[in-house]
Amino acid sequence: MQYALLIYENPAGFARRDPPGDNEFVGAWRAYYKAVVEAGIYVDGGNPLLEPGTATTVRVQSGKRSVQDGPYANTKEQLGGFMLIEVPTLDMALDWAARCPAASYGAVEVRPLAPVMHQRIVRPDVQESG
Amino acid sequence: MRLIGANARRTPGDADTRRTVEAIARGSYGRLIAYLSARTRDVAAAEDALSDALIAALATWPRDGVPRNPQAWLLTAARNRLADHARHIKVQTLALPELEMLSEETDDGVLSDSIPDERLKLLFVCAHPAIDADIHTPLMLQAVLGLDAVAIARAFLVSPQTMSQRLVRAKRKIRDAGIAFEVPERDELPQRLDAVLNAIYAAYGNGWEGAGVDPLARGLTAEAIWLARVLIALMPEAEARGLLSLMLHCEARRDARRDAQGRYIPLSAQDPQRWNIDLLAEAERELSDAASAGKMGRFQLEAAIQSVHAEHARTGVTHWPAIAAFYQELLVVSPSLGARVAHAAAVAEVHGASHGMELLNGIDPASVLGYQPFWAVRAHLLTQLHDVPAAKAAYDCAIALAEDDAVRQFLMACRPE
Repeated sequence: MQYALLIYENPAGFARRDPPGDNEFVGAWRAYYKAVVEAGIYVDGGNPLLEPGTATTVRVQSGKRSVQDGPYANTKEQLGGFMLIEVPTLDMALDWAARCPAASYGAVEVRPLAPVMHQRIVRPDVQESG
Repeated sequence: MRLIGANARRTPGDADTRRTVEAIARGSYGRLIAYLSARTRDVAAAEDALSDALIAALATWPRDGVPRNPQAWLLTAARNRLADHARHIKVQTLALPELEMLSEETDDGVLSDSIPDERLKLLFVCAHPAIDADIHTPLMLQAVLGLDAVAIARAFLVSPQTMSQRLVRAKRKIRDAGIAFEVPERDELPQRLDAVLNAIYAAYGNGWEGAGVDPLARGLTAEAIWLARVLIALMPEAEARGLLSLMLHCEARRDARRDAQGRYIPLSAQDPQRWNIDLLAEAERELSDAASAGKMGRFQLEAAIQSVHAEHARTGVTHWPAIAAFYQELLVVSPSLGARVAHAAAVAEVHGASHGMELLNGIDPASVLGYQPFWAVRAHLLTQLHDVPAAKAAYDCAIALAEDDAVRQFLMACRPE
């Protein structure tokens, strides 16, 4: 099964990414990423996100667009990134979530990916490789 | 059992066959559900399929005779029902290989003699940390024992609709989140086993509290003991045996807790002749087997305390210093408000009421506001210390907080005038 590891961080967590850089922090993430890839469970598509201050939230209500400066929910811990993995069971996904550096300074939400509901749409001008 | 009730209404016919099906269902329900759901992860679908298989048995067995291996017959019927269902809903590709594996296993005749017992895995799934702890016990009662949502709801004092919805939601999570049907690894085992033990004990506690109030609630104590026996047969861990011993001790004294008029009798005033000797003997065997592993834990300590109380039947005295020492140890292993209050009561028996009061006074007052046993013990000790006004006030709290009418009547009789 494929799972998303949704990484939640508080402001202090986000602050640790800033240059000149926290070597311990960067090292922990690099080691984790490497372990996930080497375990053969990494699924392409995940990424860290910039800090919540860069977020803009859009809603369309009665055809009218409303734009809000900031993230969707105004909570202390914010979505800081996500990673996709493929493992057979929730228990294994939880093991990998527990190893994630963010689990120690923030929180990692584990969610199964829903089965794809629609045919994958391929732009006619782009040839699918592989 | 839910299925039996439903079947009984559908086929008024052959009573013998119905009894046979009931007996087989009672003996193998959890085993069949565990076997089917361990392979598909879908507890709800396994329950539906087995329910259909039992109905089919009631329709065909009177005509064709009871099959040589009824369990295997039911399993094959349920498996076919699952496969039909999977084809109908064009199940996610994920489930198809599992269903094929299931077909191969059942067709190979591997199962003709005995179905592998996967109930241990099912128990661990029901008490998985990814499932809300409040629903662990109801899940076990339903999936392993086949209790229906109405009976579970009654025991847990919620509406049948609410209980049903919560069970459906939990089973959906087990299926969709991909919770593993596995026995946890060594390093995780103590914590995971604790969750299973707590869930089983919750089923017992529910019936125990209800003793005398609602005769229907009493049923769950038997279910809890059954679950503990299932667990021990598959995993004879010391704490599991400690839990069974604890429940058997309480069960042995059940009838002695009420007099002929239904009045509450506290442990100290119970007639040991009314304790069930067979249950006590089994409780003692379980506890000594558990203790031989040398891993003392919460349930063994609680069972040991009950064991000291039970000694009263033989010796005519209660060895309070031992009880106080076990509570002391329990406070280290598994601190709780209940253990602190009980420890204070035991110390009062050994060293006098004032020592017990000292311990009670050390408990955070905010934590005991709604805790009935605290006020009952306090009232008892203050009476011994001849502090009548304070004792009256404590009795008033204890009486107001009592949920059991028999206990309330008992306390009202104790309250000094």
